[in-house]
This record gives sequence, structure tokens and C-alpha cells, in this order.
Amino acid sequence: MGFFRNLFGGRIETPSAPGEGAVRIARRSTGFNQFTRAILRPDGQRVLDLGSTSSSNINFITGLGHRAYNEDVLIAANASRLVIPGPDEGSTTVDVERFLAEDLLYEPESFDAVLFWDVCDYLPEPLVKPVVERIYQITKPHGALLAFFHTRDAGAEAPYYRYHIKSAETLELQQGPHFQLQRVFQNRHVENLFRDYKSIKFFLGRENIREVLLVR
Amino acid sequence: MWKSRREDEKPFTSPTPQPPAPVVPAPSQYQPRVVETPRMDTYRSDVANIGKSVIIKGELSGSEDLYLDGEVEGNIDLRNYNLVIGPNGRVRANVHAKEVVIHGKVDGNITGVDKVELKKSALLNGDISTQRIVIEDGAFFKGSIDIQRAEPKVDAARPAAQAAAASKTFSTPAPSVSAVGASAAAEKK
Repeated sequence: MGFFRNLFGGRIETPSAPGEGAVRIARRSTGFNQFTRAILRPDGQRVLDLGSTSSSNINFITGLGHRAYNEDVLIAANASRLVIPGPDEGSTTVDVERFLAEDLLYEPESFDAVLFWDVCDYLPEPLVKPVVERIYQITKPHGALLAFFHTRDAGAEAPYYRYHIKSAETLELQQGPHFQLQRVFQNRHVENLFRDYKSIKFFLGRENIREVLLVR
Repeated sequence: MWKSRREDEKPFTSPTPQPPAPVVPAPSQYQPRVVETPRMDTYRSDVANIGKSVIIKGELSGSEDLYLDGEVEGNIDLRNYNLVIGPNGRVRANVHAKEVVIHGKVDGNITGVDKVELKKSALLNGDISTQRIVIEDGAFFKGSIDIQRAEPKVDAARPAAQAAAASKTFSTPAPSVSAVGASAAAEKK
């Protein structure tokens, strides 16, 4: 194990579910560092993780004294129960109303912070705006939101990674279920999508990712 | 022509009547159903077992460890004992146990006083309250997690008897798992 760690520079072998990558790639994240600073306030904050279920993330959040919430939005968004006939013959689309009725169901202004990761890049098109609006509604004023967006250089086949929190500065990426990258946002698109937020900060991450920290 | 029966000849008598031989049905009708359960650390002779064909609706409580691979709708209360929900387990109930290990599907809140563990095949929709959480890659969880702080350790200056009293004991002479309002008998090994 130590030999591989030295050879690949920080990769860690961990058990994984069938069909998913076992290798985790460590990556420093300025955006996540800023996000952590934003939630280093008194204990008891409510933090919502919208990515894949991760023991590391839950332990990190609860280790800070906060209450962790998890909901894998991409799994929910791609559920077969949401598939309905589309406007064109033979096409299908997503039942947005049903999604909003069954998922992301929380009281308004419930959360002090939300981890959106790069979920937005993989969401089916009809769900992008409704999900962003719902997140806004359930986030408290002055609450923090961390989101990642692929740059154009990432390519259409950019694999979906699960994000595991290793420390306040470091994330570990693990290849997750096969989700197709749906779009590449430009900065102005991101600003427009989150125009209701009070502030927005961009950080250039590694591996063709832009990290965005927003404050409601 | 016919010889008279000699008096010393004992008459032929049929053997002592035997009860009719039981009808042995075809093996497929009567062989006990073999429920294959995965080998798990908690599968022991002192663990109650609810097989995958069993459906229980109501309150399920007990004073021993339980391996649940069937369907339960209601409430599960094992307080000081461990619960393992097998890969075929389908639970629509709130759960309270000492340790909870989930391989199957649960819709309900989980209170694992010591630990809650979600295996890679677990599907949990509900809130978790526990001291320690372990989640395998691949597990699906939707809900909140509330980590309960452990009780403060006993002061070394306190008498040893007090420390012993604070430790766990298995004191139940007749362990049992009971289901109130159950609609089917539990299969117990």
C-alpha cells in the first residue's frame, strides 16, 4: 500500500462498491478551505451534503460539532420514477413537479451551509433551475454554498467523481457512478444562475474545475 | 385329503398388527425451507433470526440480538441488543438498538446507541442518531446524522464496584423476541 502511495503521489486504495473506482485522488481545494472557514462558527450548524453518501464527509462535518444531512441529488434526479414522456414523440423528460414533491423536502431556511459539489453539471436540464431555487429556499440567510463547475477543457466525457473530505484543505476524488456531463457553465452563466445570492467568489481548481463559494 | 390340523401345530397367525406405515410425502413438500443467510459475525446460535419470507406488522421488541432478513412495518425496539438487517430486509419502522448494521432497505429513523453501520448494499431513508457511524462505499443514505457524545468515563477514584455496575451485563434468563400485533410467526433458529 505504501509503495503505491509513493508511486502515484497521494492516491489511496480503499474498498469500493462494484462498478466504481477504488482509487482516490487527493486534491487540495481552496474553495473547500474557504467553505470550512465559513462554517467554523459555534457548534450545531446544519450542513447539507448533496453529493454521494460519504463516511468521510459525515465524520468531518460532525467532527466540527455540526449536524450532517445527506441527499444524493443525482441518484434521485436519475431515478426511473421521474421519467415521463417528452414533448417530442419517443422522447422522454424529467418530471420536475414530482421531483420537487419528493426530494429536497426541507423547511425554508433550514441549513447553514450546503455542499453542492459538481452536481449541477450532471443534472438533467429541466432540473437545474428548480434545484438551484430549492437550495436557495432551504438555505439560511448568510448561509454558505460550495459548488464546482467544469471548464470547457474538461471535455464531454469528464467522469463523475464522488468527493470525500479528507481535511479542511484537501478533498479526495473517487470515480463514482456513470453520469454524463450535461453542460459546461461559463462564469456569466453561473452568476446568472445564482443571482439571488449576496456574494459569489470564484477559485480556479485543478483538473479543469472551477470552485465557487456563494453566500446567501 | 386335507390333513387335519395337528393339535400341536400352532395355527398360523398374522404378526402383531403394526400401525400403518406413515405415508412419506414427496421430499419437495415437507423438507424444511432452507434459508440461506450470509455468513456474518452476528450469526450465532444466540441470535434470533427472522427469515426473508416473514412479514411482521406491529411492535417488535426483544432481549437478544436479532438478525432480520424479512419485512417489518411498525417499530423495532431492542434497546441493549444488536440488530442486523440482512440484504433481503425491508423495514418501514423506527429502530432503536445498541448497534445497528444495515445491508437492506430501511425507511425510518435509526437510533444505534453505540454504532450504526451502513453496508454497501444499504438503502436508508431516515435520520440516524448514534455515537459512531460507519458507511461503506456504495451505501445510499438520505437523512440527517446526529452524533451523540459518549458518556464521560468513570473516574478512577470511584470504587471498582461502581465501575462494574456501569458495565454491560447479559442478565436476561430467558431471551426472547416478541412481536406485538404480528401477522406472521417469526422463524427462529
